[in-house]
Amino acid sequence: MIDVLVIIFGAILVNNFVLVRFLGICPFLGVSRQVETSIGMGMAVTFVMGLASGITYGIQKLLSYYQVEVLQTLTYILVIAVLVQFVEMVIRKTSPGLYQALGIYLPLITTNCAVLGVTLINFNSNYNFLISILHGIGAALGFTLVLIAFAGIRERLAAAPIPKSLQGFPIALLTAGLLSIAFLGFSGLNLKGFFEYFANFNLVNYQSYLSSLF
Amino acid sequence: MNFLKILKNGLFSENPTFRLVLGMCPTLAVSVAVVNGIGMGLAATAVLVGSNLLVSLLRNVIPSEVRIPCFIVIIASFVTIVDKLMAAYTPGLHSVLGIFIPLIVVNCIILARAEAFASKQNAWRSLADGVGMGLGFALALSGLSAIREILGTGTLLVAKDFGFEGFKLFPKENAALIMILPPGAFITLGLMLGFFNWLSRRKEANQ
Repeated sequence: MIDVLVIIFGAILVNNFVLVRFLGICPFLGVSRQVETSIGMGMAVTFVMGLASGITYGIQKLLSYYQVEVLQTLTYILVIAVLVQFVEMVIRKTSPGLYQALGIYLPLITTNCAVLGVTLINFNSNYNFLISILHGIGAALGFTLVLIAFAGIRERLAAAPIPKSLQGFPIALLTAGLLSIAFLGFSGLNLKGFFEYFANFNLVNYQSYLSSLF
Repeated sequence: MNFLKILKNGLFSENPTFRLVLGMCPTLAVSVAVVNGIGMGLAATAVLVGSNLLVSLLRNVIPSEVRIPCFIVIIASFVTIVDKLMAAYTPGLHSVLGIFIPLIVVNCIILARAEAFASKQNAWRSLADGVGMGLGFALALSGLSAIREILGTGTLLVAKDFGFEGFKLFPKENAALIMILPPGAFITLGLMLGFFNWLSRRKEANQ
């Protein structure tokens, strides 16, 4: 249980996909102009990454069974492309407003390296079926968190006096750099110790500890 | 446009990193050392040349409704070839670049060139475009990683796998560690993009 929590929160904060692993930079820079669209994008990515992690786990078992692991990259990307197409159709039917907002960015999830990246990391880390899915969702939540924070900053940057040469991508990258420095702080986080402390928390021991202090 | 002109176009006037701002993930991730940058750039060049050539040769065969999946299959095949070749011949570099080699599949540069150039032009021109764009990417990567390696470690061109010790420019204690950490990538690339914008704006103002 603790290991699972460490993997999920590690994917959100410590090994953040955007700011530490550099996966999913294209949508991070492209869809982060408004907080609203970035929430929608984050939801779509979370759904696709969770689903892709589960499906590619099964695909990998098939590939190993027929001993054609060499086709890994090819099958993974095709599965993700089909999945994105499917999610696009579902969103178009169920929520036209969201579909309008995400517009051209939904097909772009196919070339979002975070999706292919998370499936490859799942495989390289030998995660089992459930942990793969949870890791995928955790990674996507980390992506969403950073995307929303970044969109909030950029909404204010739009009104700021920026030197002409730095407008657009350069100032976005510099802002991302500052955000990344903030996230470096999480690299010192002892998640395992943190969760173990709560798992072994004992009120009686804690009270006797407190009374020993005074 | 002749061969050299297309080549120059990819290297400078439409440089994929600094002009088109495509393929940011590998650019930011692998640019901690020059040898990684060159390795990644050449791997992407090999894939780009192969996919551009094949897409261009098959451009009249592929129906336009399913062209994107077809392009992806072609690109993924070349990526697998490059991945296995690197695992066999340059295992050290292969393990350093890690998942960013299979991730060449989703590098926007390659799909963008297949869609915007190779599917409309003949094979010879597509080959030139692949070489130019690939080398432009490699050049941008080596420039970015040279700055980060020098400022971050005080050395240049360290390549232990290839038996090259590199140049020591100043002691490691004086280096800024942040340059080889993730924030250094964002800040260096942001400043470089700003610098190239400034250059082209000044050139326009002079004309």
